[in-house]
Amino acid sequence: MRNLINFLVKNHYYFLFLLLEGIAFTLIFTNRSYQSASYFNTSRAVAGYMYTQMANMKEYVALKDENDRLAQQNALLLNMAKTYSYEAIRVSKIVVNDTLLRKKYIYIPAKVISNTVNRRSNYITLNVGKNRGVEHDMAIINSEGIVGVVKDVSENFSSCLSILNKDVKVNCKIKKDGSYGPLSWEKDDDSETATLTDIPIHARFKVGDTILTSALSSIFPENIMVGTIKSFERKVGEPFYTLKVQINTKFRKLNHVFVIRNVYKAEQDSLEKVSQVRDKDDK
Amino acid sequence: MINELGKNILRFVIFVLLQVLVMKNLHLGRYIILLPYVMFILLLPFETPKQLVLIFSFITGITIDMFYDTPGMHAAASVILGFSRGLLLPVISPRDGYEVNQKPTIQYMGRAWFITYALTLIFIHHFFFFFIEVFRFSEFFRTLTRVVLSTAGTFAFSYLIQFLFYRKD
Repeated sequence: MRNLINFLVKNHYYFLFLLLEGIAFTLIFTNRSYQSASYFNTSRAVAGYMYTQMANMKEYVALKDENDRLAQQNALLLNMAKTYSYEAIRVSKIVVNDTLLRKKYIYIPAKVISNTVNRRSNYITLNVGKNRGVEHDMAIINSEGIVGVVKDVSENFSSCLSILNKDVKVNCKIKKDGSYGPLSWEKDDDSETATLTDIPIHARFKVGDTILTSALSSIFPENIMVGTIKSFERKVGEPFYTLKVQINTKFRKLNHVFVIRNVYKAEQDSLEKVSQVRDKDDK
Repeated sequence: MINELGKNILRFVIFVLLQVLVMKNLHLGRYIILLPYVMFILLLPFETPKQLVLIFSFITGITIDMFYDTPGMHAAASVILGFSRGLLLPVISPRDGYEVNQKPTIQYMGRAWFITYALTLIFIHHFFFFFIEVFRFSEFFRTLTRVVLSTAGTFAFSYLIQFLFYRKD
């Protein structure tokens, strides 16, 4: 026992080194998986406050750009609104009692207070959290297209994976053709491109075609803008095309975004989980 | 006259703020990421016990982590940096050891010494940081390019800072 203590005291420098490295790597590994511990909540309080101040400053500088974008979106929405369109045929007799369509997605407005684009895994911090109903795994979009997925949520802030993150995969489709595949951010992509893989060879498309989110994703609503096809290739011996997609969202100028809550997500996920478990049992 | 402890605390605050408020918003492309906060650890006085160097490195790293959403990554790399500093200092010491009141800056130790010291340690830090961040070897050469370019960037920045802010007093 005494020898052991002597040994520890003699080499305490190395043990201190190992201890600190141990703590650091424990943090890395426990936070690699989704749903992280309280570490984020405590840190967010300080860092979140500072970044809010910083974002306020940046927002002021970017007001002009933001105005343009809002004006464009307003115009788009006005065009879609019923009250602004001319009724070609007046139908006053038919009463539409809409019980079939129910609201599926709820949009929560949010502001980006921290954002990176240069790293291999990029993250975004938003100024909304549990207090506004934001939860793990919700989609984030802005007026230009998809932005990311919520990862950790604290009381007032949420930390999100940007689409520019090697761990994010979103199921997307080609608008014209309907073929779908997973969109990921590969090592040779920059902050304006992403890679869409597994597009079957019978799909018909050309450079410049629009890519939208598909209905297969339980996180993103269908038909959210992703980008346009920049180039495509087919590796020898593979029955699939690999597409480079020009992302429509300007990640370097991200400011106002919407967090999307899928009202039926829990139901869909639990159903899918039940059938997956049953599949396993059958085998 | 501020004493040595006060100076170091001030330096800590300045480097952390520089890192999270300025450097984080500086986009120099995907291959160059400047992490000049490591200068805080490099500039700790020679007399600092090496155990304290480790602890300071850890605190610096974890502070940066909080702002970068990278749990533990900067901390892990910084502790390795602190540890390497302890190993490197005796190896590159002048013939009669470090004198009292000498500081690990160009002004005190000369250009050749500082380049060896800073470049080695910054490279070690960046090497571990980028590989922990990517966490796979399939992108080995791409990551290595990032390490080398970022090391050059951070070193150049640190070198210039020395001339701007430090004076032999």
